[in-house]
Amino acid sequence: MGTRASRASSNPDVTGLTAHGCRDLLAGGEVSAVELTRAYLDRIGAVDGEVRSYLLVDEAGALAAAAAVDAKPRSQRLPWEGVPIGLKDIFCVKGMETTCASRILKGYIPPYDATVIAKLRAAGLVFLGKLNMDEFAMGSSTENSAFQITRNPWDLNRVPGGSSGGSAACVAATEAPWALGTDTGGSIRQPASLCGVVGLKPTYGAVSRYGLVAFASSLDQIGPITRDVKDAAALLDLIAGRDPRDSTSIGLPEPVGFPERSSLEGVRFGVIKEFVGDACEAGVRDVFDGAVDAIGALGGVCEEVSLPSVERGIAAYYLIAPSEASSNLARFDGVRYGHRHSHSEDLYEMYTRTRSEGFGSEVKRRIMIGTYALSAGYYDAYYAQAQRTRTLIIQDFARAFDHFDFLISPTSPTVAFKIGERTADPLAMYVSDLCTIPVNLAALPGISIPGGFSAGMPVGVQIIGPHFSERGMLGAAHALEKKLRVDVVPPLAEVAG
Amino acid sequence: MISRQEVEHVARLARLHFDEEELARLQQELGQIIDYVQQLAELDLSGLEPTSHAVPLKNVLRADEPVDGLSQADATGNGPDVERGQFVVPRIG
Repeated sequence: MGTRASRASSNPDVTGLTAHGCRDLLAGGEVSAVELTRAYLDRIGAVDGEVRSYLLVDEAGALAAAAAVDAKPRSQRLPWEGVPIGLKDIFCVKGMETTCASRILKGYIPPYDATVIAKLRAAGLVFLGKLNMDEFAMGSSTENSAFQITRNPWDLNRVPGGSSGGSAACVAATEAPWALGTDTGGSIRQPASLCGVVGLKPTYGAVSRYGLVAFASSLDQIGPITRDVKDAAALLDLIAGRDPRDSTSIGLPEPVGFPERSSLEGVRFGVIKEFVGDACEAGVRDVFDGAVDAIGALGGVCEEVSLPSVERGIAAYYLIAPSEASSNLARFDGVRYGHRHSHSEDLYEMYTRTRSEGFGSEVKRRIMIGTYALSAGYYDAYYAQAQRTRTLIIQDFARAFDHFDFLISPTSPTVAFKIGERTADPLAMYVSDLCTIPVNLAALPGISIPGGFSAGMPVGVQIIGPHFSERGMLGAAHALEKKLRVDVVPPLAEVAG
Repeated sequence: MISRQEVEHVARLARLHFDEEELARLQQELGQIIDYVQQLAELDLSGLEPTSHAVPLKNVLRADEPVDGLSQADATGNGPDVERGQFVVPRIG
């Protein structure tokens, strides 16, 4: 274990602090917003050389925002004012470089805030900086970043998961009390599982996607990565809501609040048969079985349920998501922003050279699959067939929710894998998202909470609810979290700052 | 399976250029992925509508009221080549 205290004596020890812990310290006047922000900046300085979760640390901006909070009388502050947060580098933040971890967007300074960013700004949160990710959120390990490899704080030789790997690693390493991520096929839940933190993917439409760099628009959803369920509920309430700028946004039927719950008496959980058994490695299964026992001890009922179509989720996803991506990423043409190849004879050559230099290999691969699947003669065989499979998956979930309040499974079939282990085989990487992809295809809310450890690496448990059941789902997650009591900080040694 | 000619055709559609080595690797990787997704062809999906939107949502309309947008300077501020508020591009074709 490294030393826990930050060097400046007036600054608090932020190791293990939740966002609501930060809020309480600020509300009680025990620390100033500047001291709190400084403590996180010190922590980033001490450990991020190893973890490498941040692409950009906005020290000056964060300290200025914190000072503005301190200048206001405490009685006039909003509840979360002065609490720091880290942001996946996929959200447009006015005046702050936003790259999506891609060379093609290097140097892009958004002239506007994403809706979620505007909401957090209005709530008075302090933005520490931008976090690493797989390029354009395409990946399950954060190894597809054009700029750096992020490492799992529990074992620096392993990946943090992805695509929101920077966000999950940063929260696990206590380099921010919480962070914002995005989830298209598991990109919040899978890295949260692999890094031992909480990750929530809300119902599609709960949160506005305006100002989020689009990957697969029918699947993308923004959500929290936090140290506990209470923070996930609070951050969801801060970002949710209908937004005229995103016509697919609906908001939540009611604020989640803090759905504190200690019993699961009478609550029915379906264990998804296709995601347990041989689909999972043994250590993950053991932890998951422990969670099933804990639900029983809390008075809940677990029964196995089969959703046969979910096994086709990966195949449907790897047609639908690349198809949407090939269309969304057509905008990166070297004309309005980002990289441009500078010596082109004509427009076609400029487009082609700009895109070939600017995109990494996984992004190109997915643009190629999507372009192929949508091209003349193949549309019905691939894209339309995938969307019919999606209908089947939606129907299977709907049938399961006739009998069960929630469904549960491991979040990821394995613990964090070694850096480089799956990069040579795209299909092996895609299997990382077996248990999470069908949830996006059906637009459902899902949460991953820490369930325990397998050979020293964190294992997450996924709870899935019906559309817009976040309040109940977070309540159930809270009860299970309290019972499992997995709340630990990885033994990261501080390096000389 | 996907032929070399198909890979080159799709690359042209996607405005991407690949060298010989990359084309060979892509032909193999795309072939594997296409083989994998062929499993959907085995499913009996007759009578199922393709999903266009996974949560129920009717037409979303708003009042037709003008609001301020980005200024021309802000909108063109990230352009790699901008002249008098306009994007400059190489000649077409």
